[in-house]
Amino acid sequence: MSKKKFVVGAFDDEAVLFPAVKKVRMSGYKIHDVYTPFAVHGLDHALGLRETSLHTAGFIYAITGTCTALGGISYVFTYDWPVNIGGKPHFALPAWIPIIFELTVLFSAVGMVLTFCYLCQLAPFVKKHHFHPRATDDLFVMVIECTAKTNVDDLQAFLTRNGAVEVSVQEAETEWWVGTYDKEQRLIKDTDFGVA
Amino acid sequence: MVAIKEQFEVPAKMKTWALALTGIGLLTIIIGFVTHTMGASANQHTKDIFWATMLYNSIFFMLICNASMFFICATTLAMGGWQMTFRRVPEAISTLVPIFGIIAFAIMMFIVFGMGPSTNIYPWLNKEALEKAGNEEVLKKLGFLNPVFYLVWTILAIGLWSLLGARMRMLSREADDAALQNQETGKSFVWRNTVTASLFIVWFALTVGSTVPWLWMMSIDANWYSTMYSWYTFASSFVSGMSLIALWVIYLKNKGYLEYTNQEHLHDLGKFMFAFSIFWTYLWFSQYMLIWYGNISEETVYFKNRVQGVYKGIFFLNIIINFICPILILMKRSAKRNYTLVTFMAVLILFGHWVDFYQMIMGSVRKESSTLGWLDFGTAAFFVGMIIYFVSKSLASKPLLAKYHPFFKESIIHHT
Repeated sequence: MSKKKFVVGAFDDEAVLFPAVKKVRMSGYKIHDVYTPFAVHGLDHALGLRETSLHTAGFIYAITGTCTALGGISYVFTYDWPVNIGGKPHFALPAWIPIIFELTVLFSAVGMVLTFCYLCQLAPFVKKHHFHPRATDDLFVMVIECTAKTNVDDLQAFLTRNGAVEVSVQEAETEWWVGTYDKEQRLIKDTDFGVA
Repeated sequence: MVAIKEQFEVPAKMKTWALALTGIGLLTIIIGFVTHTMGASANQHTKDIFWATMLYNSIFFMLICNASMFFICATTLAMGGWQMTFRRVPEAISTLVPIFGIIAFAIMMFIVFGMGPSTNIYPWLNKEALEKAGNEEVLKKLGFLNPVFYLVWTILAIGLWSLLGARMRMLSREADDAALQNQETGKSFVWRNTVTASLFIVWFALTVGSTVPWLWMMSIDANWYSTMYSWYTFASSFVSGMSLIALWVIYLKNKGYLEYTNQEHLHDLGKFMFAFSIFWTYLWFSQYMLIWYGNISEETVYFKNRVQGVYKGIFFLNIIINFICPILILMKRSAKRNYTLVTFMAVLILFGHWVDFYQMIMGSVRKESSTLGWLDFGTAAFFVGMIIYFVSKSLASKPLLAKYHPFFKESIIHHT
């Protein structure tokens, strides 16, 4: 468990978020992540993230599925228990292609979902710190990691100047953990929804 | 800032090339006509071969041009905006539908009415022979396979494609001169586009998606049928149509036009070429595997001379060009964003699906040999020349950018 200090700025418009991301990066701050309610096209480029390797992983899972299916069926139908089906050859490749295809899709789909969950640190019963509950609703939440040299007040003012509607400083756990959230951290406050 | 080149000018060299190709093609067709239908060596079979060659070429080139209009209508209905920077290209290609339509119509009408029962291209034309042979299956189909229905349905199909296509292009022209006044006019513009596009798509489904390939092509093997056939034809023509669009887009880019079209748009065109090659294979395989598995002689007759006979080479070449090459070469993201590779693949796919149409029709008409000869390439050259000539002319006749279209900005900032 390692706690770090973060400055969190919430934006309510993509058009404001993009120039802000650019300026924050140009000023030398380290962006931990940006949480958005939906996939924002081009944000990964703006953040300077590298191309994901998820599709390479998907390809490997898919090939595994293909080999499993082809190996399994050909073992059963040509070696273990050859059956004469409609006079077709035992090694009846065309008839197997649908099954090989299905297993390829199944392996790659399940494998990629699990890999994705692992990369995003999502799992049943596992908790992760939420920087802002409205990141799942209508706000784009930029999280900047503080170092020893970071002037927090300056950074907060900088974010506000660049269009953040809400700025806060948080000490947070960066990794996932099994257990519960702190009692103090209520994920959803009534005030978030304008209810007093 | 450099001014945007909005107006395409046809290079003199291109016009010469187009006319030369058309001329060579026309000459080949005339020579073919003379050698195949007149003279001492001509008989009913050589006549059939000549007209079937005309038939598959005209249908293929008409359908790939019509696929451009399908692309426009499908993206319109999906509220797609990414294609807007190069939308004039498919529009220009679709102007060929009436021209090729008239050629194909004339050829088909000659086969059905001019050659009559003597031809072996459409066995259903010869009712007497069918009754004599006791061919109950085809006799029962005669309510659908008869000259009158063929005539009416062909006129309706080609006519409505042309009319609705012309209406889509007319609507697109509205976005050239002035900005749409307010949100209301913008909404009404999008709505009118949507209505015409929906009508086209419905008619497209009733024709290319089902009946027209049955009538024009599948009825050559009148006893045989496959429920995959129309979709197979559609997939073949659509993937070639996308390749044709990609080729024109790359050509215009190369000449310094279409400044707003970039790798992102090329990537999406490449995705279409890739995805519909796989889709074509899916249909090819579904048709093949069920017939192979069922192993019923009335169904396997279609594949008998294609897989085991003289068409073996062409048949497997078809799979290699249209499936193995696209899946291996176009799979990588960087390949779909590479102008040279996409050009190469587009040419290869166009050739591959032309060969596919060749084996679909000639595999049934000329069962004894499978040589792709001078007549086939010459006829193709005629149509390719026509495409170059008329598409460039149509591109030059209006601005290359529909710059006041409501979705235009979406296309400029498009990225994948």
